[in-house]
Amino acid sequence: MDYLSQLESRSIYIMREAYNQFKNIALLWSIGKDSTTMLWIARKAFFGNIPFPVMHIDTSYKFKAIYEFREVYVKKWNLDLLISKNEAEIQKGMSPEKGKLDCCNALKTEALKLTIKEHGFRALLLAIRRDEHGIRAKERYFSPRDEHFTWNYKDQPAELWDLFSAETGAEEHMRVHPMLHWTEFDIWQYIMREGVPTVGLYFAKEGKRYRSIGCSPCCAPVDSDADTIKKIVSELKKTRVAERSGRAQDKEDTYTMQKLRSLGYM
Amino acid sequence: MKRTAINIVFTGHVDHGKSTLIGRLLIDTDSLPESKIEEVTNVSKELGKEAELAYVTDYLKEEREQNITIDTTQIHFKTRKRDYIIIDAPGHIEFIKNMITGTSQAEAAVLIVDVNEGVLEQTRRHVYLLNLLGIEKIVVVINKMDLVGFIEKRYLEVKDEIMKFLDELSLKPLCVIPISAREGENITHKSRIMPWYRGPCFLKALDYIRPDKVTYDKLPLRFPVQDIYLVDGNRIIVGKVASGYLHKGQEVVVLPSGEMQRVESIKTFNKDKKKAETFESIGICLHNTASIERGSILSQRDDVPKLSNTFNATVFWMSETPWIDTKPHELQCSTQEVTCRLDSITKKMNSSTLELLNKDMDRLLRYEVGEVVIKTERPVLTESFDYRSEFGRFVVKDEGYVVGVGIIM
Repeated sequence: MDYLSQLESRSIYIMREAYNQFKNIALLWSIGKDSTTMLWIARKAFFGNIPFPVMHIDTSYKFKAIYEFREVYVKKWNLDLLISKNEAEIQKGMSPEKGKLDCCNALKTEALKLTIKEHGFRALLLAIRRDEHGIRAKERYFSPRDEHFTWNYKDQPAELWDLFSAETGAEEHMRVHPMLHWTEFDIWQYIMREGVPTVGLYFAKEGKRYRSIGCSPCCAPVDSDADTIKKIVSELKKTRVAERSGRAQDKEDTYTMQKLRSLGYM
Repeated sequence: MKRTAINIVFTGHVDHGKSTLIGRLLIDTDSLPESKIEEVTNVSKELGKEAELAYVTDYLKEEREQNITIDTTQIHFKTRKRDYIIIDAPGHIEFIKNMITGTSQAEAAVLIVDVNEGVLEQTRRHVYLLNLLGIEKIVVVINKMDLVGFIEKRYLEVKDEIMKFLDELSLKPLCVIPISAREGENITHKSRIMPWYRGPCFLKALDYIRPDKVTYDKLPLRFPVQDIYLVDGNRIIVGKVASGYLHKGQEVVVLPSGEMQRVESIKTFNKDKKKAETFESIGICLHNTASIERGSILSQRDDVPKLSNTFNATVFWMSETPWIDTKPHELQCSTQEVTCRLDSITKKMNSSTLELLNKDMDRLLRYEVGEVVIKTERPVLTESFDYRSEFGRFVVKDEGYVVGVGIIM
């Protein structure tokens, strides 16, 4: 088995483990390259019919291209799409101008809390990767969150080999991270090999492209001429710029991401 | 060129410089994005320090303020030869479960010893745990040579001390390198300040590590059943090949029932396969799936794991609550999950000093290692850990939390 197939196989194993242990789960699809790759692999894991909902946390500030992409692939892949939205806060006018940490917390974390409560999900599949961010590098594959969504990063459970601990209290849920061991480079190589569709924003137009996408007011493109997957792969071989350098929430203060994540952010 | 990667865990006593060495390695091999270096420099300045290399992996606010690694981190880097996944493990006794978590993902280890302090409690415990978890490829580095003026004498004393301990466990390090992680001596190139040292620099030593020779493909077939799906009217048994190969048409024995079956097809999404190799996550169809459930194993006929409800094991205990024979725990071995009880303790010892203990022989206390007899509610399939098999290792859980880690003797 080649390197990418090994990564894929491990992700499949973890997703199947999560489904077996929890049954009532959902896959978080931000429609970025990582969660779309995870979705692609989930289709393989479950032979084309993912037996649980695919959740999109919709802040209403996403790029137009993201919504268009969502419409196309929900139909094409026959997905059970669940839109998670904090309507009350959106109505009240919550926006990045009111503070990025507050906005992320209200429109992403709080929205997710509402949806989990409504559907009683026991576990969520998330496509975070260790190499994305120092704080994500500390994660487990199976990572429990308490009823307030708090991540007790100072006392995480032991996790050995492929033996995942699936027990959670009644009010808790498990964050399952099937893509934790992938790097950005692996993801693009896999996208190239498999022909995984991705949102057009990743490809350079007029010397700029997005390396990481989310809400349009909080994402900035990087300088790049990479307008094909092949060029992205060769750009990543050389770059010294961090993947999330265009993400506003990572920059506010050194520990913004730690604060956000301990409160339940992805 | 075929891409390969090797996972290496960095171990050793607290403050001996594990995170600093990783930071140095990543900076000197140009493996970090500019913004990361900037961030580390700025945070160090805010905390009133010179650029602190350990902050590359010590990312938590608490870790940086207290100068301590709390949880394990994995970070990628490349040399011309191959990819590395570096696993930073905390050296503090309180975070030993995080060290074990990191170590269970590694196939080789770096053991770091402070030249001033020599071999200390966690140095020894980490070596013991590496040995328990089956990691034999170890690079030893004697760090902080700058603090002793880079002289050979002190290096030789500490080298002698660590070699004696490794020898007690029959471990042979690949090399013992004098370094200064802070000053960057003997890291990516040979140090000119220590001409008396004739071995490889640290980076070269890492490149010398050979990936696990045990090729799982050559071991007998083991296919632990993970789940069964109903897809288009077919019952598909899913799982990961733990060792050996699986072929279409192959005769396999289903355990524990002992029933012989033929593999009708090997399924992946939209594609049937003729053959599946070790570590492949697949689905298979058999003629009769009635006796199969999660925890069953498909094995080749002439070489099967042992089925028993009593077995001998070595267990490292991590919980504050001792392991006693009256309390049932959960045991997880591959996809088998079963209730277990501690039957008896044959021998137990201090996991750092290796001193044999003879008090409280009815219970295993935190950080003790015991040779024990375990009884399970129903029979489980196991095999000796020498095999590096999934069925040779297990965890003991209490209400879902891992409290003990064991290997089958």
